[in-house]
Amino acid sequence: MNWITNSVLPKIKALVQPREVPENFWTKCPGCGEMIFHRQLEDNLQVCTSCGYHFKLNAKARLKSLFDKDTLTLIELEKQLNSDPLKFRDIKKYSDRLREARTRTSQDDAIVIAEGELNGLEMVAAVFSFEFMGGSMGIAVGNAILKAAELAVSKKAPLIIFPSSGGARMQEGILSLMQLPRTVIATQMVKEAGLPLIVVLTNPTTGGVTASFAMLGDIHIAEPGAIIGFAGQRVITETIREKLPEGFQCAEHLLDHGMVDMVVSRLQIKEKLSSILSILMIPQINK
Amino acid sequence: MFLDFEKQVAEFEGKIEELRHISGDGDTNIATEITKLQIKAERQLKTIYEKLSPWQKVQVARHPNRPHFKEVIKSLFSDFINLAGDRSYGEDKAINAGLARFRNQSVMIIGTEKGNTTQERLETNFGMAMPEGYRKAKRLMEMADRFNLPILTFIDTAGAYPGIGAEERGQAEAIARSIETSLSVNVPIVAVILGEGGSGGAVALATADKVLMLEHSIYSVISPEGCASILWRSSENATNAANALRLTAQDLYSLNIIDSIIKEPLGAAHRDHQTTMTTLGDAIESSLKDLLSNRTKNFRENRRKKFIAMTDNKLI
Repeated sequence: MNWITNSVLPKIKALVQPREVPENFWTKCPGCGEMIFHRQLEDNLQVCTSCGYHFKLNAKARLKSLFDKDTLTLIELEKQLNSDPLKFRDIKKYSDRLREARTRTSQDDAIVIAEGELNGLEMVAAVFSFEFMGGSMGIAVGNAILKAAELAVSKKAPLIIFPSSGGARMQEGILSLMQLPRTVIATQMVKEAGLPLIVVLTNPTTGGVTASFAMLGDIHIAEPGAIIGFAGQRVITETIREKLPEGFQCAEHLLDHGMVDMVVSRLQIKEKLSSILSILMIPQINK
Repeated sequence: MFLDFEKQVAEFEGKIEELRHISGDGDTNIATEITKLQIKAERQLKTIYEKLSPWQKVQVARHPNRPHFKEVIKSLFSDFINLAGDRSYGEDKAINAGLARFRNQSVMIIGTEKGNTTQERLETNFGMAMPEGYRKAKRLMEMADRFNLPILTFIDTAGAYPGIGAEERGQAEAIARSIETSLSVNVPIVAVILGEGGSGGAVALATADKVLMLEHSIYSVISPEGCASILWRSSENATNAANALRLTAQDLYSLNIIDSIIKEPLGAAHRDHQTTMTTLGDAIESSLKDLLSNRTKNFRENRRKKFIAMTDNKLI
C-alpha cells in the first residue's frame, strides 16, 4: 500500500486537482495593456485597477461579493437522472464534455443558486458560470431557474439573475430550446407574486438566454462592455456581409437603444441593487 | 425541382414526359408504357420517403415548392382579414396575421411566410422575421385573448433575422415577449410547423397547447449547418449535426415535445398541395375540438403545466 499511497496517489491527485496559481502570476489587461497582479485582480472582483475593464468573474466569487457575510446559503440542485438524453456526440461525446466541465468547475452544471441577505434584505440569486460549457442553457439550467423562482416566491424575496451565456445548449437539441418557455414561466411566477425580478447582464449574454428570461426583468442592469444580443456577431457579419458598427451589442450600445436601464460597474453593483431593492421591497414588507 | 436523392424518380418522370410528347391520342402501347413507368416512379418515391435521413428531411422541409402560410390561408380559412403593424415601428411581412374563420369557428391566425417569387422572398426577408413581426404577433395574441378567439400559428422559418437593425430594436426582447404572451393568454393555441422550425424565432410562435408537425418538417435549436460550424468547426458536417440534433417530427414526437404528426402525401407536401391542405385542416380541427371540449377552460394554467413538465427526465 505504501507504494500506492506515496507514489501513485499523489500523481493522480496532481492530475485531477487544479494547479495552484503561481505567485508571480500577472495578467495583461485587454483594455489598457497594463500588467496586473492576480491577487490585485481578485481583490478588485476581476476589474482592472487602472482602466476598469471587466474580466469574467466566476459564480462563487460573484455570490461572495453580493451577499452579506455569513448569510449566504447555496441551494442544492436536484441531480438529473439522465443528463445526456439525446446521447449527443459531435467530435466529442456530450457526456465527456459534461464530465470534464464538472471536474474543472466542481459544479454540476452552468448555474449556481443561493439565498441570503444583501445589506440586510433577503434575496435569491441565480448566477451563471461561463466556464461551464459557455454558460449554455440546457435542462439543468432551466430547472435551476424554475427552482430559484419558486424559492423567491416562497421566501417572498426578490430574484436576481446574473446570466453569462452563449445561449441554448446545442448538445441537448430541442430540449434546450424548450428552456425558453420554461424560464419565461419562472419570470411570470416571480412577477405574479408581486416580487421584483432584476437581471444583471454580464459578458456575454446572447442567444436563447437573451430571447427568454434575461430580457424580461423589471430592471435590467448591464456590466460595462458586456456583449448582449440575440445573434452572434459572426452570424450577423456572414448574413449581412457588412462591417459591424463600433461598440455594437455592447452594454453601452444597448443602453442607447433602450434595452437596459443602466450600465453599472461590478464594484458598485451590490450598492445599486441595495438601493433598488430597498425602494421596491420596503413598501412590500410593510404591506 | 428534384432533390439530389430523388435522381431515379427524376429519370422515370423524364421518360414519362418524353413518351407523352411523342405519343398521339389512342396509342395504347405508349399509354401502357407510361402507366408502367408511373407505377415504378411511385414505388421509388415511396421507398425513398419511407426512410429519409434527417439531413434529407431538412432538404424536404426547405423545398421551395412546399406549401407556405399564404397558401394555408387561402385553402383553410375564409374571410381572412389581414392585420398589419406592431404600432411602434413598422410592419414585417415575414409574419402575416389576422382574423379569419376556420370551418365556422372565428380564430386569430399568425404565421411566418417565406414567399414564392423572388420579389415575395425579398419582401418577407426569406421568412426571417424582425422584432416588429414578433411584436405584431404579441399584439394580436392579446387581442385574441380579449375576444376569446383561439389562436392558430403556422411556422416555417430558418430563424429570426440576424441583422444590425433587428438587434438594435431588440430582437431577443421581442421573441421573449412573444413567448411570454403565449404563456399569458387564456385561449387555446394550436401551432403547426409547416417546414422549418428554426430556433428562438420558431418557439416564439410555438409555445402552444398543441404543437403539430407536418411529417417531413423539422424543428431545432440551431440549423444543422450552424451546429456543424460551431461543434465540428466545419459546415460540411451538417449531415452529422442533423443526425445528432434529433430534429425530425418523428424524433420530437418520441421526445414528447410535440403532440402529433400530420401525414404528408406520397413524395411529400410539395408534390400534392391539395391533399396536404385537407389533412392539415382535419388535424387542426381535431386538435381544436379537443381543446375546446375542456370544460374548465383553464388553457393558460394547463399550458404552463405542460411546459414545466416538459423535458422532465421521467418523460424522456
